[in-house]
Amino acid sequence: MSELKKTLTDPIFNNNPIGLQILGICSALAVTSSLSVSLVMCIALTSVVAFSNLFISLIRSTIPNNIRIIVQMIIIASLVIVVDQVLKAVAYEISKQLSVFVGLIITNCIVMGRAEAFAMKNPPFESFVDGLGNGLGYSVVLLTVGFIRELFGAGTLFGIEVLPLVTEGGWYNPNGLLLLPPSAFFIIGLLIWALRAWKTEQVEEPEFKLAAHQVAREGA
Amino acid sequence: MSNKDTVGKTIRVALALCIVCSVLVSAAAVILKPAQEANVQEDRQRNILAAAGLLEAGVPVSEQFANITARAVDLDSGAFIEDVDADIFDQLAAAKDPAQSGRLDSETDTAKIGRRENVGLVYIVGDANEPETVIIPVRGAGLWGQMYGFLALESDIETIAGIGFYEHKETPGLGGEVDNPRWKSLWPGKSAFRGDEVAIEVIKGSVDRESPTAAYKVDGLSGATLTTRGVSNLVQFWLGDDGYGPFLSSLKAGEA
Repeated sequence: MSELKKTLTDPIFNNNPIGLQILGICSALAVTSSLSVSLVMCIALTSVVAFSNLFISLIRSTIPNNIRIIVQMIIIASLVIVVDQVLKAVAYEISKQLSVFVGLIITNCIVMGRAEAFAMKNPPFESFVDGLGNGLGYSVVLLTVGFIRELFGAGTLFGIEVLPLVTEGGWYNPNGLLLLPPSAFFIIGLLIWALRAWKTEQVEEPEFKLAAHQVAREGA
Repeated sequence: MSNKDTVGKTIRVALALCIVCSVLVSAAAVILKPAQEANVQEDRQRNILAAAGLLEAGVPVSEQFANITARAVDLDSGAFIEDVDADIFDQLAAAKDPAQSGRLDSETDTAKIGRRENVGLVYIVGDANEPETVIIPVRGAGLWGQMYGFLALESDIETIAGIGFYEHKETPGLGGEVDNPRWKSLWPGKSAFRGDEVAIEVIKGSVDRESPTAAYKVDGLSGATLTTRGVSNLVQFWLGDDGYGPFLSSLKAGEA
């Protein structure tokens, strides 16, 4: 049981798909300018990873090795289309704002990565839980970025005014940069820094070390 | 375990998977289609209502839309056309169809839309002969792409009742402020025409309230000169002779 719990909770901080593996950055930049859009994106991605892991794991012993990537892609693409259709039917406003980014879940490295790395080798239930865990890890980062961007960029949270804007007669002068995609890069960068300062085992070994200054040593 | 990498096995698995997935995807598309179409319809009606400043929160959109009639108009002559079903006519698709539209030369194409359809839609609030509000679709180039919206005129076919864009690609915080309710609230009460000429324009900076022409001018968006110019151009184009001008003047004269 503890193994299962680890599968679920590890990707949240210890092995975060965005924080440690730096996967799925594209959509994290694009959809986080408002919190409600980020939330729907998180739900969409989490359900796609969880179910694609489940289905791939169910048929993992019959998938021929030479076409396994294509088989994974078909399953993922079908799930994404279904999710996109459901969003258009039940949350039309938000699906309009998400536009192409729901479709782009197909190419999100987290989904493919988990299918190839976990679901091909593990039983269905564990794979499903692994998908959920990775979806949650993605969601934690997306919601944090969305919270910061919407609060300081537009003065609102979920569209409800929190900091009254100067243009609306309030006191808060919004930071327009936060509404543009590059700001998500800065915030994700700072989050990764914070995460690695907290969990120092995530810090990568430097690829090379500077040698000590030779001349100075000889002169001493 | 038998070898799963033979050619026969590979083809069988691929085929089976494709059939299962295509059934799943098409089932989802077919089952959800009515709900999606209802959403698209409601979204369009909501945009029209919002442009006219009629949108009330809490009341179903279809109910609010009940006393609005869509009519098709021949843009060149300005007369109503009865043989086009305005409820299903797709104006943007018509603009792309060479049989139903004409290319604009660079001189007349101030809104930079490329082609203009021959038949346009108007939405009339209240009685068709004595409309309370007339709503026309407008579109044109902003900074990053086409902006799509609606412009509403009061019963005198001169005073602007409201404007709203439902789709655009302008920069958030700068040109994206075309969605700002405070900016949109500058429009109602402005005069679109001076005599027969289209006079309304969006200027750079703020309007001098003392100026005699203040009623024809709207404040520009700061930091968004090209978006501002685009809005100004597209409003002038669609109110002008190449847009809904002929229709509006015949409506004003009571001849439509």
